[in-house]
Amino acid sequence: MATIGVLALQGDFREHREVIERLGGTAPEVRHLQDLAGLDGLIIPGGESTAIVRLMASSHLLEPLRELAGGGFPVWGTCAGMILLAKRLDATGIPALEAMDIGVRRNAFGRQVDSFEVDLRVPVLGDPPFHAVFIRAPVIEAVGPEVEVLARLADGTPVAARQGRLLATAFHPELTPDSRFHRFFLDHVVRRA
Amino acid sequence: MEKGTWTVKVGLAQMLKGGVIMDVVTPDHAKIAEEAGACAVMALERVPADIRAAGGVARMADPTVIEAIKRAVTIPVMAKCRIGHFVEAQILEALGVDYIDESEVLTPADEEHHIYKHPFTVPFVCGCRDLGEALRRIGEGAAMIRTKGEAGTGNVVEAVRHARAVLGAIRRLQGLTPDELMTEAKNLRAPYELVVEVGRTGRLPVVNFAAGGIATPADAALMMQLGVDGVFVGSGIFKSADPAARARAIVQATTHFKDSKILAEVSRGLGEAMAGLDVRSMKPEELLATRGW
Repeated sequence: MATIGVLALQGDFREHREVIERLGGTAPEVRHLQDLAGLDGLIIPGGESTAIVRLMASSHLLEPLRELAGGGFPVWGTCAGMILLAKRLDATGIPALEAMDIGVRRNAFGRQVDSFEVDLRVPVLGDPPFHAVFIRAPVIEAVGPEVEVLARLADGTPVAARQGRLLATAFHPELTPDSRFHRFFLDHVVRRA
Repeated sequence: MEKGTWTVKVGLAQMLKGGVIMDVVTPDHAKIAEEAGACAVMALERVPADIRAAGGVARMADPTVIEAIKRAVTIPVMAKCRIGHFVEAQILEALGVDYIDESEVLTPADEEHHIYKHPFTVPFVCGCRDLGEALRRIGEGAAMIRTKGEAGTGNVVEAVRHARAVLGAIRRLQGLTPDELMTEAKNLRAPYELVVEVGRTGRLPVVNFAAGGIATPADAALMMQLGVDGVFVGSGIFKSADPAARARAIVQATTHFKDSKILAEVSRGLGEAMAGLDVRSMKPEELLATRGW
């Protein structure tokens, strides 16, 4: 079974670890360079992207993670994690891994009072719709030619995407009991030949 | 599309875990906090040490202060209202703050009732000294809990006492039988359903931070090793000699709380910490933690 590291600098890494372990995988916390050894994939959790990018730098993880994400290693970013994966950010963002060919706008829906839950149709997961939790969430504003959009809001805004072995979701599958997105990451992103 | 749900309220606190929430009184402070890696800021007119020194009635901050701080940073902005002052809370919600702290650091507006927090769209964090108080606040709708500690003292002793009280009581609940849980709900003066849930899961149903007296990287790591999810630092940063360096160090200590080599490294050369107060020499009326129930 797969070993999926969960970046544990700040944010809801425990929730991701619990889902991976429930699915039979192991999910060590990643805080140092040596924690990256032996992983089959990496999850960058939700949290505050500005805090995480600074901790990546002070923990000497920024360059190694850029190399991994840019070099075909399976990485999934949720919310803050999506911001950290993006090649292009709005003016408030701090460039981090710059691996995925998407343009991302932070806090795209406004303040916390505008955070929401909604049912999303996600064709790669099939039926029923995926209940998605958006918290001060970013959105994808632009996608490059190699990026496949996996889910959109009713107004057409992309909120989940994949490019090769990189996966990004603007929402938090780790906060709901539905483990289909984690299963998708394990079966179709990590395990893909 | 549903807004203001319990999942969304608790969810924002989950995103703050492993992080440091810093008290700030100016946009410049807020930028220093954000650049140091704070996961949120608390917008105030005065830090708790200055509220103590000023005396009188401490109220919600002027909206101008909160708005200026909101414009300065992109991380979540919290603000405090008085215990029981639901109109201050309505105003803070209208201002679009991301979290409201119903706080004993301000002078209580109601000595009998805390705010009924469920109807609000904005989430609330509340202080506690023990598990019963934590569960009463969650029962009223608090989506995040913090220890009260003793704010504005730079002395971690009360935060330790409160964290140990909460976490120790959670450990004792596990393994109790249903009849014992009802007795324990009576003893804790806490909602029975929440007592049962905590007994079953072994954790609070919301995120649990430490607050009140944290002044050094070692203090932050101590609270994390005791088992809290993150820390609030009030006066400890901007009442110290070098706020930017201390803020960065406390952020790193909170992430690497189990790594004593990193803790030793980040504790170096931070200059003077804030001058502290010995809680045992304080008069009962000077204690903030006894406000609220």
